[in-house]
Amino acid sequence: MEQSSIITIKELIKRFPVGKGEFTALNGINLAFNTGEFAGIVGPSGSGKTTLLNIIGSLDTATEGKAVVMGQSTGDLTTKSAAKLRRMHLGFIFQTYNLLPVYTVYENVEFPLLLLKLSDSERRKAVNDALEWVGLTDKIKSRPAQLSGGECQRVAIARAMVKKPEIVLADEPTANLDAANSHNILKMMLKLNEELKTTFIFATHDDKVIKYLKRKITLEDGKVVKDEFITK
Amino acid sequence: MIRFLFKGLLRDRSRSLLPILVVTAGVMLTVFAYCYINGILGDMIEFSAKYTSGHVKIMTRAYAENKDQVPNDLALIEVNDLITNLEKDYPTMEFVQRISFGGLLDSPDENGETKKQGIVAGIAVDLISENTKEIERLNLDGALRKGRFPEKSNEVLISDEFAGKLEVGPGDKVTLITSTMYGGMSIQNFTVAGTIEFGVQFMDRSGMIADISGIQNAMDMNDACGELLGFLNSPNYDDIEAMNVETTFNNKYSDPNDEFSPVMNRLKNDSIMSGYFEYMDGAVGILITVFVLAMSIVLWNTGLIGGLRRYGEIGVRLAIGEEKGHIYRSMIFESIFIGIIGSFLGTLIGLGFSYWLQEVGIDIGDMMKNSKMMMPSVFRAHITTPAYYLGFIPGLFSVVLGTMLSGIGIYKRKTAQLFKELET
Repeated sequence: MEQSSIITIKELIKRFPVGKGEFTALNGINLAFNTGEFAGIVGPSGSGKTTLLNIIGSLDTATEGKAVVMGQSTGDLTTKSAAKLRRMHLGFIFQTYNLLPVYTVYENVEFPLLLLKLSDSERRKAVNDALEWVGLTDKIKSRPAQLSGGECQRVAIARAMVKKPEIVLADEPTANLDAANSHNILKMMLKLNEELKTTFIFATHDDKVIKYLKRKITLEDGKVVKDEFITK
Repeated sequence: MIRFLFKGLLRDRSRSLLPILVVTAGVMLTVFAYCYINGILGDMIEFSAKYTSGHVKIMTRAYAENKDQVPNDLALIEVNDLITNLEKDYPTMEFVQRISFGGLLDSPDENGETKKQGIVAGIAVDLISENTKEIERLNLDGALRKGRFPEKSNEVLISDEFAGKLEVGPGDKVTLITSTMYGGMSIQNFTVAGTIEFGVQFMDRSGMIADISGIQNAMDMNDACGELLGFLNSPNYDDIEAMNVETTFNNKYSDPNDEFSPVMNRLKNDSIMSGYFEYMDGAVGILITVFVLAMSIVLWNTGLIGGLRRYGEIGVRLAIGEEKGHIYRSMIFESIFIGIIGSFLGTLIGLGFSYWLQEVGIDIGDMMKNSKMMMPSVFRAHITTPAYYLGFIPGLFSVVLGTMLSGIGIYKRKTAQLFKELET
């Protein structure tokens, strides 16, 4: 099981300094994710979901224990290596989309590929494919301000998926969307997960998202209290 | 990637237009201020050159050592031969004879007895020869108040105020009591041809301008003069050319062992004028330093505001996997672009204003009426070669420095905070 894991988390503890003391956000987490999982870390606010996602995404490091992503221990990475890991293997989807407002839909989706230094033709094909996945080929010249919330999140998904990363980390991706848009987005991500075998990990407490998960990891007070695989 | 950054820069006006306008305004002020200071000090230097120092000045070595005392007993002799040689050696230059003198000017009554008397400070210049440029050079046309210019060697101009004190006017006789070149007493009658007003107290109190031949005659200085002033064939002083002339002249004509041999000093070596030059260099240095500091603070602030506005964008770029150094370098690249465009526009507009002021000038004649300084009454800007590139130094430097300072925040930013920041 561990050998085929794309992410392995062992005895992970994360403490934050609070005043003169410390707050333990994550306390002895042990988890493993395999390629192609569609998993969610759920739990109430302050349970440690985002902190865990940060550590998996090499945006933060563990106080104790380790998180190994794509064979690399995130705690041992330099900022440069961490940036490279994110650039090469990880995609991020944010609650507030965080598209670059002065760029068009096409340019927003193209941006991660520029960092990978792909050729013009490679970029063009990949961007068009990504926009086709999310059904926005007719909006390539639009700016984010001209799109609806659902469309913006679809652009954000295309941006995360365009480089076909092994892992996509999504922090409350439906929090700003209505029910219909949330379902559309989740169906789209599920389809991409099945077609491209991309591992999706959500941090959420949204029931709409939870309904789609194939694995639900429940966190409470920084501890995994339940880890269940859901058969549909 | 460069094309991508350019697109962002051009589309986001608060990232490009605002900083470009700030740089343009600053560079424009710098270029204009430089040309204006250059013009004012240049005019003052040129004004002094025309009256007292020339672009180069030839004296005897002994005269040069005591020049503040105007020792005409140590004057240059065989001046006509020297001028002939100089015209061969430096055909583009013009050399003119000058004698500064002092004494008493006496106005007689109808019986020939002294009516009024006053101390006179005069200069003798070539006023009556056919091709003389001295009237134009000293702007006597504008200074003439009554009468006309001298047409004979025994005619003089005296200041209007001095004429009033002596109770004389055009056509009246005055007597100059002074000493000859050899130390004897000289008493010579002159006719007042006209009165002049320079608008400068020092000149107007007791000034007299006489033709060189009349004074040479009065002071036994035939074929002699106190100073030979040389003027380069350019409207403004060129120190490099003047230095070349000074070096070649002194090598050829000057003998350190002979105190009566001629020696040439260029304008910049003049004891008073060197101060002007130092002031000019200092003023330009201060101007640029102040501009760089002020603009750096302004642009640092602009950069910080822009950085705050782009906090989300930078956060996303970091999360997507762009390296901090790459983002920092891209911001500096943007600032260089802004600096170049802003500096170019600022230089262009600054030169435009400077050109206008160079052609039109500001007349401060009324304000200068009681001045004790010899300075021109119309101030003009003067565009010189450094004006074309000077603005680029602070323009580029300040915007890049501002960006570098404000961009340090990128390195201090904890990547771990990105999700939290981006969700707020």
